[in-house]
Order: sequence, then C-alpha cells, then structure tokens
Amino acid sequence: MSKKSGFLSSSIGKKFIMGLTGLFLISFLVVHVSLNSAIFLNDGGVTFNAGADFMAHNPVIRIVEIGLFAGLILHIVQALVLTLENKKARPVAYQVVNGSANSSWYSRSMGLLGSLLLLFLVVHLANFWLPTKVAVFSHTEHNTFNNMKEVFAEWYIVVIYLVGVIGLLYHLLHGFQSAFQSLGINHKKYTPIIKKAGIWFSIIVCALFAAMPITMHLGLIK
Amino acid sequence: MSHGNMNLTLKVWKQKNKDSKGTFETYNVKGISPDMSFLEMFDVLNEQLITEGKEPIAFDHDCREGICGMCSMYINGRPHGPKGGVTTCQLHMRSFNNGDTIVVEPWRGAAFPVIKDLAVDRSSFDRIMAAGGFVSVNTGNAKDANNILIPKDDADTAFNAAACIGCGACVAACKNSSAMLFVSAKVSQLSLLPQGKIEKQDRVLNMVKQMDEEGFGNCTNTGACEAECPKSISLENIARMNREYLGSSFFQNK
Repeated sequence: MSKKSGFLSSSIGKKFIMGLTGLFLISFLVVHVSLNSAIFLNDGGVTFNAGADFMAHNPVIRIVEIGLFAGLILHIVQALVLTLENKKARPVAYQVVNGSANSSWYSRSMGLLGSLLLLFLVVHLANFWLPTKVAVFSHTEHNTFNNMKEVFAEWYIVVIYLVGVIGLLYHLLHGFQSAFQSLGINHKKYTPIIKKAGIWFSIIVCALFAAMPITMHLGLIK
Repeated sequence: MSHGNMNLTLKVWKQKNKDSKGTFETYNVKGISPDMSFLEMFDVLNEQLITEGKEPIAFDHDCREGICGMCSMYINGRPHGPKGGVTTCQLHMRSFNNGDTIVVEPWRGAAFPVIKDLAVDRSSFDRIMAAGGFVSVNTGNAKDANNILIPKDDADTAFNAAACIGCGACVAACKNSSAMLFVSAKVSQLSLLPQGKIEKQDRVLNMVKQMDEEGFGNCTNTGACEAECPKSISLENIARMNREYLGSSFFQNK
C-alpha cells in the first residue's frame, strides 16, 4: 500500500495520472463529437435527439458520466497541484526567456488553455447539460436539438463556443501526444504515428465542433 | 589578450551569496574578437574589472572543450546561448553582433541555489547520482570486456544517454525546472546494459525519489530540455524512465 501511494505522490506518478485522465477525456470527446455530428444529417434532429435521449436515460451511461466527472476533476486538481509545485521549483524568475526557441507556445500554456476550457465548460454545461438534467428529473420532454438551435441563435454564444474550440484545439495538439510520453510510450516506429494522429485528431474533432454552432447560427441545419 | 573590434554591453546577474538578493549590473566590453569563446569574453571583462579595482564576476568553467559540464550561463533567454548542441565554452562571439546587449543570468531553480553571481550549486545532481546512478561491482581483477555480449543498438542507445555531461541546461531550459532529462539519461545509460539491469528497479525508484526531494519541478513534455541540451539527449529517455518507474513501483520484488 505504501508503495502505491508513493507512486501516486511522485512526480512521475502525478504525470501518469494526468496522461491517463487526459486520454480518458479524449475518449469522451470521440463519443461527444460522433453523436453531435448527427445534426449534419439535416433530418430535423430526429437521429440526434434519439441519441441525446439515449445518453440522458441509459443507466450505463449514467455510471460512465460519474466516472467522466471524476476524471475531469482529477485532471484539474492534479494540474493545479503540479502547477503550484512547478512554480515553487523556480522561486526567482528569469529576466529574459526565449521560450519560442525551444518549444511551442501551447506546450508551455497548457494551464492557461485548460483554465480557458474550464470557463467554457461552465457555460457549456449551463447551456445543454443542465436543461437535460432538469428534464430528466422533472420527467418532462426535452428536445435537445431545439435547445441547440435556440442557444446558437445568439451570435455572442457562437463566439464563446469558437473561442472554446480554439482553446481545445491547442490543448489537444500538445495533450494528445504528451499523454503517451507521460505513460512511457515513446518508440521510434510508433511515436511519429502517434504525433501525426494527434494533430489530425485535434483538427478534425475541433473542426466538427466549430461547425456545429456556425451552421446552426446560419440556419444551414434545419 | 587577442584584440578584435566588437563592442558589447553586458547585463550580468550579480549576487553576493545564496542568501542575498541579486541584481543586474551593466558592463561595457570593448575590443572583443569574434573568434573568442563566450567564456574568454568574460575573462577579458574580468581582467578589465580587476584592473579597475572592481570585483570580478564569478562563473563556473573547467575543461573549456564541451565535455565537463561546468559552464552554465543563461544567455539572452536560453541556456548556453543561441546555438544548439553547444556548451557556453563552445559558443563563439561571432554568434553575436557588434553593439549587442547580452543578458547573462545564472541557472535558476530552487534545486540550483546561486553560490555567487553566475555560479550555482548543482550538488543536487550529485545526490541523485549517489541515490542509484551506479553499478555495484566486486573488487578484484577487471573482467574481460567481451565477457557479456551487448547488441550494437543497445550499446549505442546507452552511449547516447551517457553523453549527458550533467550541466543542468535541461533544468535551466524547462519552464518547470524539471530534471527529468538528466535523471532519465542516467537511468537509461545503466539500465540498457546487462551490468546495469540487475539493479534496475531500485535504481529508478531511488533516483526519482531523490529528484523529487531536491525540489525539481514536474515534466510537462514541452521538449525544451531536448532542444537546449548541449549533448542532444533524447526525450525517449524520459519515456523509458516513466516506464521503468511505473513497472518498478508496481512489480518490485520486495
């Protein structure tokens, strides 16, 4: 038992948890973006609503949802702990830092991008997750597709969502491949594939997410 | 000293000892040759300061041929200056322009306290090595070198990791002051070879424990360490250490 707690409180163990929860959250993104892409069928939201209804009422999904929130909270808390430790590791800051000479800005700004995502998530949950929950608990009918249309009718909401998606894009561009490295996966043959897959995954997922508020706002999805 | 035609303004960190607060001092150096190394430029400046009756600037140096790992200096926002794959002693003044202002700082990190000016205490690295960075051997005659056959690829990978000179540029470059590249190079150079495999589990556990105790930060995989390392130590070593640490934590035999 002591050995196990030693692992989780070590620098490598904490990064391991970051990578593991990160990949778990990425797997959620796959489900989320796939299901939501049903709006592009342009069938008046019939398929999409069927999917949303399943996600809102299926008991297995309910349990997974708890796991998802637990993973998200763990990812955030661990990030805070790591950031505070890292700040402590350099009490006197450099006068001049030429960071762009050796690393990408987004790899150095994961905390900032993550905070942006958290702010976005509060808005996002208030827009969609909360109304669904209210409907489930009050046993009323809820049309998620119509909810989407109403929310994205406002232009400033569309802007907030696009900022959120851009934040997600850069967070993923570093996070996807970084998670594998933290889990100890770095191989001459496979790492170039992981890196490329990470870039394409980030771009495709974020492009699909960005297209949702835009097409809905423009009335392309009926 | 040899004479050249470069005139430079230097902003150098001056700090009396580890307990005092440091500040930047501005110096002007004249007649610098572009063929001088960065350290030779500092020699000229120090001679000038001594002649003027002022205190010279303290900085670390030893072999001056890029293999000892003593020279440090965070130059214009980068460890060992603007060139990749070199130490400060291998950095030439031709990498700068006449009239430049150059900002020189010590390595900064809680685990690298400043001794004086640009010289920092890197004994935290020594303590990490003492915790497990060795292979235990019996005394007596040296064994024949070819007793144990080692695949060429393994020998090469181990040798590339062993190229680490322990200068601390990885820590200095890292936004988190993480020592993961150094420790992983030392873990790898030993665990890749049959002689080092025997103590593999204890080694990685003890060295990482010591690393954490010394107050280094955590790795966020920015890759700055690899980019700034004068010996181009690969990030693959960090992944190897992560793997070994994970395996050893859960499957250690005692």
